[in-house]
Amino acid sequence: MSIIIAVSVLLGLAIIFGMILGFSAIKFHVEGNPIVNQIDEILPQTQCGQCGHPGCRPYAESIANGEAINKCPPGGQATIEALANLLDLEVLELDGEHDENPVKTVAYIREDECIGCTKCIQACPVDAILGAAKQMHTVIIDECTGCDLCVAPCPVDCIDMLPLATNITNWKWQAPSAFSDHSHQLIATDKRPAVELES
Amino acid sequence: MAFIKITSPHVQRPTKTADIMRLVIIATLPGLIAMTFFFGWGTLVNVVLASATALLCETACIKLRRRPVLFYLKDNSALLTAILLALALPPFAPWWVTVTGVFVAIVIAKHIYGGLGQNPFNPAMVGYALLLVSFPVEMTRWTAPFNLSENTWNILSFSDTLTIIFSSASDTNQVSALLDAYTGATPLDTLKHRNGLTTEEVWQTSTVMSNVGAWYAVSLCYFVGGIFLIYRKIFTWHTPIALLATLAIISAIFFAIDPDSYADPLVHLTTGATMLGAFFIATDPVTSATSNRGKIVFAAGIALLIYVIRTWGNYPDAMAFAVMIMNLSAPFIDQYTQPRSYGHKRAKQPMLKGSDTK
Amino acid sequence: MGKVFAFHGGIHPPENKHQSTQCPIAIAPLAKVLNVPVQQHIGAPAKVCVNIGDKVLKGQRIADAQGKVSVPIHAPSSGIIKAIAEHPVPHPSGMPALCISIETDGLDEWIEHSGLEDFRTLSKHQLIDYIRDRGIAGMGGAGFPTAVKLHLGDDHIVNTLIINAAECEPYISADDLLMRERASQIVSGIDVLQHLLAPSHIIIGIEDNKPQAIRALEIAIQDCKYNIDVVGVPTKYPSGGEKQLIQLLTNVEVPNGGIPADVGIVCQNVGTVYAIHQAVKHGESLISRVVTVTGDGVAKPQNYQTLIGTPFSLLLEAAGMYTQKTSRLIVGGPMMGFSIDKLDTPVVKTSNCIIAATSTEMPAPEPAQACIRCGLCEQVCPVQLLPQQLHWFAKGQEYQKAQQHNLFDCIECGACSYVCPSNIPLVQYYRHAKTSIREEQQDKRKSDLARERFEAKQDREQRAVDEKAAKRKARAEQAAKAQAEKKAIEKAPVLTPQVQLISLQNALKAANSTVLIAQQKLTDQTAQGNSATLDLCNLQLQKAQKQLEQAQLALDAFESKNETPAVDTKKLKIAAAQANTKLLKAKQALKGAIEKSQPGIELLESTISQLESEAASATTMYLAATQESTTIEKAAVTSEAELAATTPIAPAIKASNDSKDCKKLKIAAAILRAKLKKSQTQLALLGEQPPTQPDYQKLEEEITSLQQKLVTAEQEYQHSVALQPELNSTVPVKPALKSIPEQSAAAIIVDNKKLKTIAAIARTKAKKAQNELDKLIESGQQDSLVAKQLIEDLTRLNEKVLSTQNTYQTAKGPTTNAPEDENEQLQANFAKAQNLYDKASAALIKAQADNSPAVEKMETSIAKLKSRVDSAHNALTASSSNNQE
Repeated sequence: MSIIIAVSVLLGLAIIFGMILGFSAIKFHVEGNPIVNQIDEILPQTQCGQCGHPGCRPYAESIANGEAINKCPPGGQATIEALANLLDLEVLELDGEHDENPVKTVAYIREDECIGCTKCIQACPVDAILGAAKQMHTVIIDECTGCDLCVAPCPVDCIDMLPLATNITNWKWQAPSAFSDHSHQLIATDKRPAVELES
Repeated sequence: MAFIKITSPHVQRPTKTADIMRLVIIATLPGLIAMTFFFGWGTLVNVVLASATALLCETACIKLRRRPVLFYLKDNSALLTAILLALALPPFAPWWVTVTGVFVAIVIAKHIYGGLGQNPFNPAMVGYALLLVSFPVEMTRWTAPFNLSENTWNILSFSDTLTIIFSSASDTNQVSALLDAYTGATPLDTLKHRNGLTTEEVWQTSTVMSNVGAWYAVSLCYFVGGIFLIYRKIFTWHTPIALLATLAIISAIFFAIDPDSYADPLVHLTTGATMLGAFFIATDPVTSATSNRGKIVFAAGIALLIYVIRTWGNYPDAMAFAVMIMNLSAPFIDQYTQPRSYGHKRAKQPMLKGSDTK
Repeated sequence: MGKVFAFHGGIHPPENKHQSTQCPIAIAPLAKVLNVPVQQHIGAPAKVCVNIGDKVLKGQRIADAQGKVSVPIHAPSSGIIKAIAEHPVPHPSGMPALCISIETDGLDEWIEHSGLEDFRTLSKHQLIDYIRDRGIAGMGGAGFPTAVKLHLGDDHIVNTLIINAAECEPYISADDLLMRERASQIVSGIDVLQHLLAPSHIIIGIEDNKPQAIRALEIAIQDCKYNIDVVGVPTKYPSGGEKQLIQLLTNVEVPNGGIPADVGIVCQNVGTVYAIHQAVKHGESLISRVVTVTGDGVAKPQNYQTLIGTPFSLLLEAAGMYTQKTSRLIVGGPMMGFSIDKLDTPVVKTSNCIIAATSTEMPAPEPAQACIRCGLCEQVCPVQLLPQQLHWFAKGQEYQKAQQHNLFDCIECGACSYVCPSNIPLVQYYRHAKTSIREEQQDKRKSDLARERFEAKQDREQRAVDEKAAKRKARAEQAAKAQAEKKAIEKAPVLTPQVQLISLQNALKAANSTVLIAQQKLTDQTAQGNSATLDLCNLQLQKAQKQLEQAQLALDAFESKNETPAVDTKKLKIAAAQANTKLLKAKQALKGAIEKSQPGIELLESTISQLESEAASATTMYLAATQESTTIEKAAVTSEAELAATTPIAPAIKASNDSKDCKKLKIAAAILRAKLKKSQTQLALLGEQPPTQPDYQKLEEEITSLQQKLVTAEQEYQHSVALQPELNSTVPVKPALKSIPEQSAAAIIVDNKKLKTIAAIARTKAKKAQNELDKLIESGQQDSLVAKQLIEDLTRLNEKVLSTQNTYQTAKGPTTNAPEDENEQLQANFAKAQNLYDKASAALIKAQADNSPAVEKMETSIAKLKSRVDSAHNALTASSSNNQE
């Protein structure tokens, strides 16, 4: 008899809580930002195609469908971490060969070498190159995402990818140097040899 | 000529971490003297032993972590931890108890977590709690105050104290004789294990309770040290006052309800480790809450836990456990007690998980 | 005395003000060169409105305000503009910025100026504009344009005007001395502000460590008719912070994200008030200020009335700087000022103090220890933040949490760093975090923009594709329709040859007339000597002529088709026979189709009938057509003759024809090359299979023949290309028209450009081929056919590059119509190249110093530039020697 009571009590509780959960799932349903949009927000929007997709949005869609998150060299490790955080995935190393710390560059056209072929204009994913046929072209620096896509099509190789120069307006405060600060290093870094710490 | 380029501010107050630690150590001196005066050389021996062990452990850890040894030793933090632990230990605790406690405090509670500033728990209290759980007999064998035997200053001689502390299994008889003569229960212990007596009866019958004055004196000394530190702005009044006030209020309420089965507020405030805890343990900045409001919540929590554990728990005193439990909740308290910044209508609410993806 | 409230936190650093208050304000010596930065205020930098070499007078405007939040800049003394270039400025980055350098003439000659008789007669807006034109910006530290703050009265109700005279930073005593010595002027400045803002209450907030200044001000305000108080606030840093002073004096907090005017308060620095007085009373622009020179590194700490642009070195010298002892130079106070390392940094409108500190006075910071969360920083924070939490977040780059903890409310006063027992540079962490967050936000904006632009581009491309598809569809529909119509027409009586002839004749007439018009225009333009439009007319003429030709051709063809039967019976016979055979064939096909019962029978039948009728009608229509056609032919011939007679540009046309030929040749060569390549690849493919196949040999033969052809074609092409310049150069010799040389020159320039392009492309191709070859060699396939081919290609390409470059050079040669001009151009070229090279090498050095990853790239480009410089130099010397000859 008692076993029946126990079972029925548990069953009753299960039904009640199930109903509450089901009710609240419908009642308090939150329309979230579609995951693709959220991923797209994180991607750097260089539209460089280095991930193998024609732009950031397609890659975002394909990440949402389970593609690896480590194929975005312009975003670097920071983007991977942000994606991993968003999607609750493991942080991966950047795929393929890439610089440790990619320097942000923008395209510069060596203007007296430009022959005005418009090939780079067609290649630019964000319309950041100005010019017309047989006229010299130039890059709108503020719009350039540094995607590299204009370099290859140039028939006379007159496009350089150069890092943006620092001047008094875009100058940035440096983080306090870690030199005097090694007491803060976490346990994982404690294995580093003494030479490195002293240097 | 080259001028150095560094960012502002270009002047700094000369008070440094080491100075703060040293001041706290100085503030413990009245308590230490009182302990020695009332309970014998044991505490002093413990302090010396613990300090030596702490410095050794600290040096070893810094060496292992390949850091500049002197730079870190100079901050006095290991010394302070050791002294606080030694003050909390029973005066006749065997040497290996002290050494184990200090080792746990410095190596496990501090350096394993990343060194000074990174430890989530108060190192001294971790050491103490571990000892209390592991060696209950040694840890509850408190020395009787000197006026228990005669009303003169009669404490165990220095050599005898050393014998007790450094005894090995071979001379058990001699040691146990000494121990029998000089140890007893603490007032809190007595009140806890009252064998059905009312509080009033305990007060009247127990010899321990008649000598409660020694405890009062020690607590007073800690109190004085604490006031000194507040005066020197080492910490704010929030933590100790909130702790003592909460404890007083709770105990007063229960004492008012049922004076027969609950101890009065004075006993709670002045016996055991209450004063030591309120001024020296709970105020440890590393492991407590940050803001002033947070500190009040933190200290009130400790007081509440002390009372609960003392009254209904298994242990007569509860400072270590209460502090450690509140240490755990300090980050949580910080989240909810952000102060209202200038120009804001209300204090900021903690960040929710959902909002940080925005 | 009003009531004083309190703000949270604050510190009491050693004041160190007494050193510099012993002496009165002295006049700083006049510098030989004043470097005046164009940006000394918050907002847009002023726009330079003088030129190098201009003579300027003291107080003359040398840069105009740009935009709303900006102020003009005035010359601090008379002299000559020596340079407008980058120069070190007082900025924490230590980077240079645009400065106007004035070489002073020592006369200190004022421009004509006078104050306002009575400022109350001016409207408020006029008065504010007047103040703005005097270049006045906040002198307390930030340098916010004062006019913007004064306009606040327009849309805010201002109850309280606070004059900030707290000067809470240690060491600084500029405002203190100013108040002691010039209190009445300050009060007169307050009069102006009172008039403009009409506050109900004016409070002068001053720290109580300046009793002399308080007394001086109290005496000065005795005659004031309005509600004004001098309130001493307790000495506590940072009581001089705008928000802190407001809280001290009114117990009101400026809401987060708002400005003091939102709560009815406007705050002005006492130095600014003095500047307003100087401007309104005397018409003097803001060209000088009081600067405290102090610290243990100088012998006589003192305040100096200093012209803007004076280098710090001059002030320090005047105060007797111990160069050896000074270890740190600080602009501003020790709490918020920044250190500089260049002594020629100039004084700007916001520089209130310069501290030459010794190493004992301000020792280098000790290494930071671990944060023990002592909470001292929290106790002193005037904004009631949690500095230690912010520090953890800033260090861990958890910027979102940092922002949630109100990082951006931090005023960077440095109180937390000051008290930190562990020497943690907290403020630097916050500054870094703030700039990082701003950068992140900027990146975010940029990426959003990029996304928008990318999507726009995609949309556009999609639209283009859609449009193309739509057009194609429309064309297909149209074609179908046309087909249907054609069928309908075919079924209906066809256009008679007569009608066709008439239309053709009409076309010819029209073409003729256009040619005539064009010629008329050309002659007109020639007469006017308008060379620019001449070109265009010429082109039009050519086009018209072409049309004429085409019309003629069409007519001829039509006529010959229709004529032949009549003129020649033989031809007619042949045509008849052809028609008959066609008929026969068609009939046979019909038969076959019928036998096989295929579908197209009807069509065949109709064609047959059509063919029959065509054959018949051709003969009948012929006779009528002949007469008319002959007359028109005559007309055409005469018009052509006319054309020939009136075309003075024959040589030019010839030249263009030649270039056309050249193009044709080039195309032929390209086609041959493509063929060759194709067959070579085929060969290569075959080569992999057993070579016994007959195809192989055939292909090889083909290839050799093709190669020969290619070689001849290319030779021809090059020959013609080489000829071309000669042709071109011969053109101007013919003096048919005045404008011809110019035309041909233009043509040559165009050709040159083309040649340049060709050369560039060839060069790149050669480069690419070389790369491929390298790759192949690396992979050990030297013997392979492909490699050989590549080598051939490469040598060919290289030759081509050389030849085109040569032709380019030769083509360029004859263009030297005016050697002087060319010489000049060459010089300019050379200078430009040199300049570029210099810049690039400078950049390289910098990059090398910074270990920038772009160094390699830069090096190659520098090498390129170097070669360019050399070539430019060579060309220059060559041309100049030519000229001498």
